[in-house]
Amino acid sequence: MVERVLTRLGSAALVVLGVCTLVFLLIHLVPGDPVAVMLGEGARPADQAALRASLGLDRPLGVQYLEYLTRLARLDLGTSLHAQRPVADLLAERIGPTLELAIAALALAILIAIPLGVVAAQHQGGAIDRGAMGFSMLGAAIPNFWLGPILILVFSLWLGWTPVSGREGVASLVLPAITLGTGLAAILARMVRSSVLEVLGEDYIRTARAKGLGPTAVLWRHALRNAWLPILTLIGMQFGALLGGAVVTETVFAWPGLGSLLIEAIQTRDYPLVQAAVLLISLSYLLVNTATDLLYVAVDPRIRVG
Amino acid sequence: MTEPLLQVEGLTTLIGNGAQPVRVVDDLDLSLHSGETFALLGESGCGKSMTALTLMRLLPPSGRITAGSVRLGDTELLSLTEARMRRVRGGRLAMIFQEPQTSLNPVLTIGEQIAEAVRIHQGRSRDQVTARVVELLRAVGIPDPVQRVGEYPHQLSGGMKQRVMIAMALAGDPRLLIADEPTTALDVTIQAQVLRLLKDLQRETGMAVLLITHDLGVVAESADRLAVMYAGQIVETAAVADFFARPAHPYSRKLMESLPSAEKRAGRLAVIPGRVPPLDRVFQGCRFADRCQSVMDVCRDTEPLWWPVEGERGVRCHLWDPALGLAGESTKPLGEKPASAAPSPRIREDADSLLLRAQDLKVHFPIQRGLLRRVVGHVRAVDGVSLDLRAGRTLALVGESGCGKTTAGKGLLQLIAPTDGSVRYLGEELMGLSHRRMRPFRKDLQIIFQDPFASMNPRMLVGDVIGEGLQALRIEPRHAPRMRRVADLLELVGMDPEAADRYPHEFSGGQRQRLCIARALAVEPRIIVCDEPTSALDVSVQAQILNLLKDLQERLGLAYLFITHDISVVAYLAHEVAVMYLGRVVERGRVDEVLDDPRHPYTRALLSAVPVVDIDQRRRVIRLEGDMPSPSHPPAGCHFHPRCPDVIEVCRHAYPQETRLGETRQVHCHRVTGG
Repeated sequence: MVERVLTRLGSAALVVLGVCTLVFLLIHLVPGDPVAVMLGEGARPADQAALRASLGLDRPLGVQYLEYLTRLARLDLGTSLHAQRPVADLLAERIGPTLELAIAALALAILIAIPLGVVAAQHQGGAIDRGAMGFSMLGAAIPNFWLGPILILVFSLWLGWTPVSGREGVASLVLPAITLGTGLAAILARMVRSSVLEVLGEDYIRTARAKGLGPTAVLWRHALRNAWLPILTLIGMQFGALLGGAVVTETVFAWPGLGSLLIEAIQTRDYPLVQAAVLLISLSYLLVNTATDLLYVAVDPRIRVG
Repeated sequence: MTEPLLQVEGLTTLIGNGAQPVRVVDDLDLSLHSGETFALLGESGCGKSMTALTLMRLLPPSGRITAGSVRLGDTELLSLTEARMRRVRGGRLAMIFQEPQTSLNPVLTIGEQIAEAVRIHQGRSRDQVTARVVELLRAVGIPDPVQRVGEYPHQLSGGMKQRVMIAMALAGDPRLLIADEPTTALDVTIQAQVLRLLKDLQRETGMAVLLITHDLGVVAESADRLAVMYAGQIVETAAVADFFARPAHPYSRKLMESLPSAEKRAGRLAVIPGRVPPLDRVFQGCRFADRCQSVMDVCRDTEPLWWPVEGERGVRCHLWDPALGLAGESTKPLGEKPASAAPSPRIREDADSLLLRAQDLKVHFPIQRGLLRRVVGHVRAVDGVSLDLRAGRTLALVGESGCGKTTAGKGLLQLIAPTDGSVRYLGEELMGLSHRRMRPFRKDLQIIFQDPFASMNPRMLVGDVIGEGLQALRIEPRHAPRMRRVADLLELVGMDPEAADRYPHEFSGGQRQRLCIARALAVEPRIIVCDEPTSALDVSVQAQILNLLKDLQERLGLAYLFITHDISVVAYLAHEVAVMYLGRVVERGRVDEVLDDPRHPYTRALLSAVPVVDIDQRRRVIRLEGDMPSPSHPPAGCHFHPRCPDVIEVCRHAYPQETRLGETRQVHCHRVTGG
């Protein structure tokens, strides 16, 4: 088991290095001269030379790469061209709101999806199942750029229960979390349903019933423990994607998260900021996935022992 | 006579809600006494497992019991509420299942799973539950029970898992244990252990066992009485000894005649034409009429009644209707046996019949670990196997699961690249040939797989499946002549040529295996590796396939490498036998030599564990302790020594050299000396 965990961590470390390298190369993969792209067509040669020197682009690629890695190791992410502030500070401001929204949306999705999926599986083909899957279909089909404004219209403008946008207190979190969480819940509920249904058809469920166990014990002790694996995988992937920033939802609600920061950075061609944001998002994704894999080890004894 | 423990009357179960529900159990009567083992015998789809699930009231959601009565002791089970039924289930009435691999929950320890059953039915304190779990594990013969309670199912072997299932069933002190094919998924030596365990437990506790099986041998060795099921009904009941001496129903007789054995070598096995009728219709006459050799006019339009034969025996067949006066006719002894076993054909050692010679073949699989996939050891699946295949001859490769017999077959055909050794086909070395250079040989070397359901692409027409080899090896690239060849091949294996335009799922298991044989024959091979080709089939269907393989060999002079764990098939079909244990051949020789006078202790134990129908042939079972070790860590010295009843000191250190006993016979055992 220890070996398995170490192997997983080792391969995660390799991926980190790969991600850093790709992010470093990002600036060089842009067609044409990156400095010209950043400053626009009408820039003066002197300004271009100054920027090139300040970004270190005038030195050989190998030297640049090593310097980049050294700075990364010191958590020095450079300075934003647009805001003229350290990139690390900008990211630090935005990671909090993003985490907040991601966790709220995911918690909401889990709270809706797991009971819904389990109940639907228990009543396969019945009215409850059809209702739950109808909701799920609807939830997956509604785009966030439509659901967000509708929620604002109803709850903020008509009823006045929540702020229209921005990030001021818990109330302002409600609508963005619902907007994001609905779609996630819809997909997750389907996964929970199919996973539980599959497990309920297994031989060991029949064994459990043959022992004289009642339906509740069969479901909780025997079925759900086995149904967890695919559900965990999906939750992990969804959480990773949420950390990448829910650009549409953040934009609709003017939520100061990573997604909107990345969009701004791309629009202003702020390369150091784009690089750092992409790096942070990739690493968070990797972190969540590694954590999910390690959770498997805890959940599944076939991986843990023997 | 005492009151029966279980009394079933008129039990009828339907599956499916549509206009034509399937009557899986139809008006079934049954009675069992305490301490008795009652076998419910039948082929797949006859309703025997559904009968068990009906008794447990564990039917799938679309199933329902529409009529009848099930009395266990003085309780009518069918009128209990579900909550009260739960107290009976796993308590007085327990059940074990066919697949121990999938019947235990993989994420709970075996201790927890047994404790759960103890708590439901005996509700004791925590310490008492733990003590009881250990006691149960000990009762089913699991070594070190105190350590084992914390283990998960995947840490145990198949036989051990079935013991855990039995321990779980015993937790509620059952009066009746339903065992649904309890040993079908296990190897014969392990089967012998489990059947023995059930017998011992039955003697200690006085419980009754309802043994559901398709295996006549298992019935003969472990049951007191039996009922034969066909198409949802019981067609015959009898005491086991009477049944095997004189089966009364034509279906029972055919089942017995279709069993392969050494005595039947000279001729063809009996087959039952057609297949079990679908159970979603209303039957007019006898359900077996279309397949019965003794069919009369009355059978087609009047459903046969239940007629007593003698004592407790009964048969559902018009032949036994006293009004028709045919009873004498039908009590004739079973069809005339061949006078004597056919003389075993001498193997001609002349060189021109030798097609393929493998020498010291090794297939090792690396075990990789860690981030860099470094090799930390090898699974020695095949570890130095030598064998010869001759035209028109069958070599049976026998052994239990995990012994490497399938890998050896694939390595021989270069379907897996062997690690070392030599495989010469007609003098040409096949080892290390590139795909392109191997191609001309592919035509001559074909294989038939175990599972006829999984080995055909479900999205290809049968004609394309069979013709694909002709196309790929450019034997017949044009479509029209290729399809004519396919039609001929279908006729050759006894199928309608129109089958070419249908899909594999439209055929039954036996028919699919015929299609697979046709596919292998398409390229006119000289050698066919048959990898357990009949082990997924019912005996009556197995007989058809064995007959076909035998005919084809005689007509086309094919050489077979027949990989199997079934000794009766070996006795019927093979000329030579090689017995494998843990990657190596431990004994080989002519089939009569090896089966009549096994010399290696493993061969002896293996043969003694095979349940046999004929009571005169029964041998004392040599019980092997434990399981086959892992081929990644074979024991030092002779691989078999940790389980060998005849072990001596030298066995622990040195692998025994080959001892030649006569021209054709070799044994690897320190206790066997030449001469």
